[in-house]
Amino acid sequence: MTEHLLRVSSLHKHFGGIAATDDVNLAVKRGQVHAIIGPNGAGKTTLISQLSGQLKADSGDIEFRGRSIINDSAASRARQGLARSFQITSVVMQMNLLENVMLAVQGNSGHSFRFWAPVREDREMQEAAMASLAEVGLQDRAGLIAANVSHGEQRQLEVAMALAMKPRMLLLDEPMAGMGKEEGAMMVDILNRLKGDMTILLVEHDMDAVFSLADQLSVLVNGHIIATDTVDNIRGNHEVQKAYLGDGHA
Amino acid sequence: MNWLPVTVSGRIYALLLLILALAPFIFEWINQPFYLDLLSRALILAIAVVSLNLILGFGGMVSLGHAAYIGIGAYCVGIPSYYDYYNGWLHLALALSVSATFALLTGAICLRTKGVYFIMITMAFSQMVYFTFLSLEEYGADDGLVIYSRSEFPEFISMDGATSLYYWIFALLLAALFFVHRLVHARFGRVIVGSKFNEPRMQALGFNTYRYRLACYVLAAMICSLAGMLLGNFTGFISPDMIGWARSGELVFMVIIGGVGTLFGPLVGTLVFVVLEEVLSAITVYWHLIFGILLVALVLFGKGGIHGWLSLLDRKSKAHD
Repeated sequence: MTEHLLRVSSLHKHFGGIAATDDVNLAVKRGQVHAIIGPNGAGKTTLISQLSGQLKADSGDIEFRGRSIINDSAASRARQGLARSFQITSVVMQMNLLENVMLAVQGNSGHSFRFWAPVREDREMQEAAMASLAEVGLQDRAGLIAANVSHGEQRQLEVAMALAMKPRMLLLDEPMAGMGKEEGAMMVDILNRLKGDMTILLVEHDMDAVFSLADQLSVLVNGHIIATDTVDNIRGNHEVQKAYLGDGHA
Repeated sequence: MNWLPVTVSGRIYALLLLILALAPFIFEWINQPFYLDLLSRALILAIAVVSLNLILGFGGMVSLGHAAYIGIGAYCVGIPSYYDYYNGWLHLALALSVSATFALLTGAICLRTKGVYFIMITMAFSQMVYFTFLSLEEYGADDGLVIYSRSEFPEFISMDGATSLYYWIFALLLAALFFVHRLVHARFGRVIVGSKFNEPRMQALGFNTYRYRLACYVLAAMICSLAGMLLGNFTGFISPDMIGWARSGELVFMVIIGGVGTLFGPLVGTLVFVVLEEVLSAITVYWHLIFGILLVALVLFGKGGIHGWLSLLDRKSKAHD
């Protein structure tokens, strides 16, 4: 077993003349929270999408659990234990919260070429889904249609679905996007509870959240990682401050 | 009595099924045997529409080529009968296997596309079937082919006679409805419905959505071929006209009238379509015009189709409780 669960080497992705991902190298240790910060348009979501397989990289390699996954489909990567959440909420809005999470459980429990037995009567799947909902504090909202709950709750649902996949690693794309202060604090709580058990690659704008959660921090600017270090060292890094943090965090 | 449907719409559907089950006796009683003919044809189409709704309504795959499978099912009765092979089990096995094979091969290509392209390519494949049948001189080409005798099911239930054929149709319709009902609530159906609403998410959850959709496409084709097999037996005459793309368009309309992605919507939509067609064409030769306007109005104002209206009743009755 390698110490690094995820290893990205010289990853490149161009959109026309723009380098969205420019020679990205990254290694995430087992059990750590590795955060990626960077200004808008730095290519954070593009990077996550290449890791999870929604986007194909132009060149470079991605190793997960010591094996290259660069040619695997998104579905295959998910089944190998690499689960992502989406910055723009992507749940099945027409289904209720429990049904959404049950889809995630289902994706993780063998094939679905089963044509007869109703999912609704599958106690085991239901309990697993309820457990994931409880992990993000949504157990009392299980029966509500996803479109009818608050934005913050939809964000929590995103995380619950990722958790229900029983992943080896979570790719969280701005889990706090568009959240109010209280909702944001709740999400930090949820992630803090996962910390230690779960390896997480976290893309987030909220600096306070990142500083309180992350073990390692990478700074992405114009598709290129300009620094990777511990939170304290990054805070003291002059170049990073200039590029991104501004004076407020000096 | 807790086996009764709870909702108003559920009770209406239960009543409808009861009427359909007793229809031959009702029509005999009022001395209108022609109505049984009309109803038989409607229920055959309903089977096709139920199968189309499986991919269109539940799966979000809008096919404009579904009538091809009616044709395949019908020719799987007609061509063997031409050579005096009347065994119904043979017809059935042929219809199911030929439609499944054709759906697998063409679906594998169609499902690589999305949206308008999917509509166009399904239509193109069905036109391919249409022109193939059109060119089969041996089997009548555009004159069609007469089937002299119905499929024979020795030691089983005969299709001879209007009433027994009707019950064949009714039984297969019930089977199709029950199968679709089980399917959409099973794991397979959840993947199909989820992929309709949010395919990227389903892939991110680990589902190879392409494979599931292809399997769904094949199942729908097989169910539709049953409708074709029944239609061949019912009319005793088959021709390429059964599968022109306008036919496929009518099937799509029937789904929309009844209610997309609902269990009983397709059945109700088909009945309304066939009855309207019959009534209007008896009134005036310009019935197509009125029919077209009615359909446009239904699509514009009747969101959710007839099932949508009926479920409004459910909400009202709930509000009264």
